[in-house]
Amino acid sequence: MNKSLVELNNCGVFRNQKWLVRGVSLKVSQGEIVTLIGPNGSGKSTTAKMSLDILKPDEGTNTIKKDIRISYVPQKISIDWSLPLRSIDFVNLVTKHKTSEINDALGITGIQHLINEDVRNLSGGEFQRLLMARAIAKEPHFLVLDEPVQGVDYSGEIALYKTIQEIVKKINCGILLISHNLHVVMSQTDYVICLNGHVCCSGIPSSVIKDQEYIKLFGSNIDPTLSLYKHNHDHHHLPDGSIDKADKNK
Amino acid sequence: MFDDFIIRAFAAGIGLALITGPLGCFIIWRRLSYFGDTIAHSALLGVVIAYAMNFNLIIAVFAVSCFIALSLLFLQKRTNLPDDALLGLLAHSVLAIGLVLLGILSFIRIDLIGLLFGDILSVNITDVLFVWIGGSIVLIVLILIWRPLFAATVNLELAKAEGLNADLANAIFTILIASVIAISIKIVGILLITGLLIIPAAASRNLSSTPIQMAIISSVIGLVSVVLGLQTSMIWNSPTGPTILAIALGVFILTLIPLKKLLISKKKIELSN
Repeated sequence: MNKSLVELNNCGVFRNQKWLVRGVSLKVSQGEIVTLIGPNGSGKSTTAKMSLDILKPDEGTNTIKKDIRISYVPQKISIDWSLPLRSIDFVNLVTKHKTSEINDALGITGIQHLINEDVRNLSGGEFQRLLMARAIAKEPHFLVLDEPVQGVDYSGEIALYKTIQEIVKKINCGILLISHNLHVVMSQTDYVICLNGHVCCSGIPSSVIKDQEYIKLFGSNIDPTLSLYKHNHDHHHLPDGSIDKADKNK
Repeated sequence: MFDDFIIRAFAAGIGLALITGPLGCFIIWRRLSYFGDTIAHSALLGVVIAYAMNFNLIIAVFAVSCFIALSLLFLQKRTNLPDDALLGLLAHSVLAIGLVLLGILSFIRIDLIGLLFGDILSVNITDVLFVWIGGSIVLIVLILIWRPLFAATVNLELAKAEGLNADLANAIFTILIASVIAISIKIVGILLITGLLIIPAAASRNLSSTPIQMAIISSVIGLVSVVLGLQTSMIWNSPTGPTILAIALGVFILTLIPLKKLLISKKKIELSN
């Protein structure tokens, strides 16, 4: 049953005389959540775009299973002021849905009361919930979420991640999730890839993470992206994120 | 019936207003108003070619417009210049080439004023047919590509990621603009066509809360402007194209009046009393 929906094989994107990201391999299968973490400019969004085939990799191959429904929640989206657009129109943007389906999707993300509201009157958090609702309404096979909870209040953030997990169970889709706040998502994640211009490390989140003791320890003070894994680095990063050449020659 | 030049003028004007409504909305949403101008400027070259080769005017203008639109797409990919610079480059260089050709081919006599401002009262039956048949095709194609085009207008990457053919929709949309400008040359002229695309759509924006509403209201405002503009121009003996646009501007100013707010505040006052 566990068929892979999307596969990147040693992919890289070269723009303006440098590699934005290189040597990325990943696989997202049905019913699985794969999480990408990494600092700013580490190539998370670029990787996500390759998995959606918006960006063609300059090296390596990206394979997307044919005839699957795909939903995308981009990191940044700004609606032009000249567009009269209500929440319901936005949910119907790519695929037309029944009103009941739209109500359900908006209900899941907690903004059902805003169905006829002009999109520009929504707050940042409400808009993020709308993006998510639109993605869910399609019942996608493959869902890409690029920092889906930015601007959402803390309790809402946890609730939204729980929602994501429920969606996976309900419609059995594969999710590629980009997040900077790993300690919130780690219990939902099947596989984690840590990026910094290339894959630094990847693996199944250890059982330790699910432990209440662990959450207590790393709950608030320590940056969760640093604390989740022991990074067994065999190299150093230069300030621009590229790898120190001295390490390569080791 | 179509013997009467007034009736032909109404038929051509109304047909044109119905198409420019929804197309104008997309031009506003996508911030393409300068693109319309560029295509319109380049129309002069089309007109000169049509006269020089004794060719149908509308088809020649359409061909040149498409060429300019494709050149823009090419330049966008090949240079790092911003869109407005590229549009300025194309608009004025093609206009210049048109004028140079016009000078060299001294046997051509073009009614420049008519070309710039249009002369809706001189349209013949062929022009009316072009407007209605061409216009119907444009409208049908627009409805067919509405979803990918609109999704790409909201967010290009999202539309592409979810499997819509956004690039194709964009290219087709460009051709639709070129055809509408070609159709409208004789009616409102190359200087005013962008106005007919933008003013009704802008007025409609003030009244509508959904995209489809905006497209329809925009057509209605265009239609009202054409009908009132034609009648006014006959009464005052004013140039027709500019009169139509002046009426459209009047409608736009009317839409700025916040009717809803006025009604609500009146109710509040009544309630508080």
